[in-house]
Amino acid sequence: MEKVMSNKLVIALYVLPSLLLIMGIIYMPIVLTGYYGLNEWNGIGEMTFIGLENYKHLIQDSTFWSSAFHSFELALFSGISLIGYLLIALVLSGKIKGANLLRKIYLVPMLLSSVAIAQLWMKIYHPTNGVLNSLLMSLGVDNPPAWLAEPSIVLLALFVPIIWQYAGFYILIYYAALKNIPESLMEAARIDGANPWQIATRIKLPLMSEVIKVTIVLSVVGSLKYFDLIYVMTDGGPNGASEVMASYMYHKAFRSFDFGYGSAIGFFLLLVCLVATYLIRKATASKETIQYS
Amino acid sequence: MSKNKVTQGLLLTLVLMLVLAGCGGGKNNNATNAANGGNTPATDATANEQKVTINMMHLWPAGVSAQQNKLVNQIIDQYQTDHPNVTIKEEVLDNEQYKNKLKVLSASNELPDVGITWAAGFMEPYVKGGLFAPIDDIKDGTLLKDKFVAGTTEAYAIDGKTYALPIELNISPIYYNKAIFEKYNLQAPTTYTEFKEVVKTLSENGIAPIALGNKDRWTGSLWYMYLADRIAGNDTLKNAIAGSGSFDDPGLVQAATEIETLVDMNGFNKGFNGLSNDEGKAEFMNEKAGMYLMGTWELPNFTTNPDIPQEFKDKVGFFKFPTVENGKGNIDSWVGGPGVGLFVAESSKVKEEAKAFVEYFVSKWGEDSVTTAGVIPATKVDTTKTELPQLYVDLLNELSKASSITLFADVQMKPSAAQVHLDMIQALFGKAVTPEQFATKHKEAIEKGN
Repeated sequence: MEKVMSNKLVIALYVLPSLLLIMGIIYMPIVLTGYYGLNEWNGIGEMTFIGLENYKHLIQDSTFWSSAFHSFELALFSGISLIGYLLIALVLSGKIKGANLLRKIYLVPMLLSSVAIAQLWMKIYHPTNGVLNSLLMSLGVDNPPAWLAEPSIVLLALFVPIIWQYAGFYILIYYAALKNIPESLMEAARIDGANPWQIATRIKLPLMSEVIKVTIVLSVVGSLKYFDLIYVMTDGGPNGASEVMASYMYHKAFRSFDFGYGSAIGFFLLLVCLVATYLIRKATASKETIQYS
Repeated sequence: MSKNKVTQGLLLTLVLMLVLAGCGGGKNNNATNAANGGNTPATDATANEQKVTINMMHLWPAGVSAQQNKLVNQIIDQYQTDHPNVTIKEEVLDNEQYKNKLKVLSASNELPDVGITWAAGFMEPYVKGGLFAPIDDIKDGTLLKDKFVAGTTEAYAIDGKTYALPIELNISPIYYNKAIFEKYNLQAPTTYTEFKEVVKTLSENGIAPIALGNKDRWTGSLWYMYLADRIAGNDTLKNAIAGSGSFDDPGLVQAATEIETLVDMNGFNKGFNGLSNDEGKAEFMNEKAGMYLMGTWELPNFTTNPDIPQEFKDKVGFFKFPTVENGKGNIDSWVGGPGVGLFVAESSKVKEEAKAFVEYFVSKWGEDSVTTAGVIPATKVDTTKTELPQLYVDLLNELSKASSITLFADVQMKPSAAQVHLDMIQALFGKAVTPEQFATKHKEAIEKGN
């Protein structure tokens, strides 16, 4: 086996399939998108090269910036919700009754497809016979809001199911990270008289800091390019109040037949995500990795 | 420990399976390609004996368009029995998803052999991009010659060639719930003042006067179009869309203002801007709303669909959009027009078979749609032969009396202008723009061309 693996040709041969796949499915389209973004193109006919015209338009496009703002709001929101996930994971990893069952319950939304979740929440939010408004009315609220139709609250109403959707995923990651911390460390701390709070903040959190960094990147980048629930539940409406970057790109490309502009938005979105990742990595970088054992 | 090993084993198997699947897929493709190149070309003269698969994409899911779905399957079954070598593969999506998928597929030039399109502005980019095949030959073919109602196929013609054949002809009445009207002593209104009176009464009694799902936006556009027609007259909106008139026209601005008034009167069901058309319709079907403005393609739900209780169907009546006092419009002018039509993809490998199928489909649809589906076809209907629901007969009579039928605004416009129009409609209903801004945005979009 070692002999085979030392042969460069063989290594290349083994790497080739996945290399081709990743080139064909990920990198080529990115390059092409970049190229389309420099053209005026309706998706069907001839392309006309117009240089950076699309990007110039993009910078002045107030609808785009408001959708970008919505995306950043979502990123902020999901970033903050990570704290909640972390707390839940900490509790679950402790020796409480039914932790196993609860863990599974939190994971359920992740198993549903986005469209099913969207349909479910559309029923919940239905202005007249939705669960939420029926509940509010039975509690004596005369005129509960039409959650998905009012520009001022539609974004918040969408964030809730999005957060709910990914809760299981992050809780699972944190839970696994917590379970990886050697029991001996905690025992030693307990013998030294540390209380649970100290154990959590001084031992558990530092030891899982790498994992936390990864989840921050995942949730921020995931939020910036978020699309599914918003597309199904409000389609960016009413009047663009819940439009995010990805849905705006979709609308431009596939509704208005402006593929050039849509591609420019897509490419810009990629840049935004790259910059965000870089900044987060930089901001959370630490000189040394913490090791207690 | 052992658990770990099992997991590892499973993971390994999964990875291997993926690899295998990947390789397998490639091989299969090669195999089919070879087969295609080798002996199937359906365009061959010997095609009769060859097995042919025609892919068809349509927008009548069994859930929301039960009758149409039944009819499509009936026609396909019949066709397959008559032509044992032909297999028709269906792909069904609902309206909005359908429009999206059509665009995605056309961007990669992978349209189904036969599909559904809308007329005029909607189909223009597809035709200009060479994606639809001209089908004048079957329009004048043995089955369809002189069968279409005058003026219906023209909407599908660009530069003198016909690229799709209409199967529906629609007008949009306001359906209303007779029981609700009776309960509050209301009459079907004929003038706009009476109409507002109805809205006011229903609203005061806690009933949503009008069912509307304006997340889809074209639904709200119907209301604006009718008001524009009744206030500013038949040609004003048409000219504004064509660019020869202007959206600044005081009549058109007034129409937008009237929309605002209706919203202020709580004329529409709560949260309409967040509800899809199907959800809006549900308000009417559940008798929570009194009126519903929609095309005659909804007729099956009020007449023939066995899943809807007869009790409800008996309650549904319709009236024509009322005239506005001092308006230039005429009560017999309708919003509607040929609805959807069938196209054949230019890139289809089985173009001839697909055309033959479309010819058969359109003619068969014309014969059966009245009785099976309860929709009005674009081909001439012989009403003497069959017993038809009264609602249907009445609307058919209205159709023959119509002084003009204005095509839906978003279909008339080119795609990018249509999006501006639709977005503006939602904004207008949500009171996020004033009628003046509404007019300005439209003007900009129309001037921009596409």
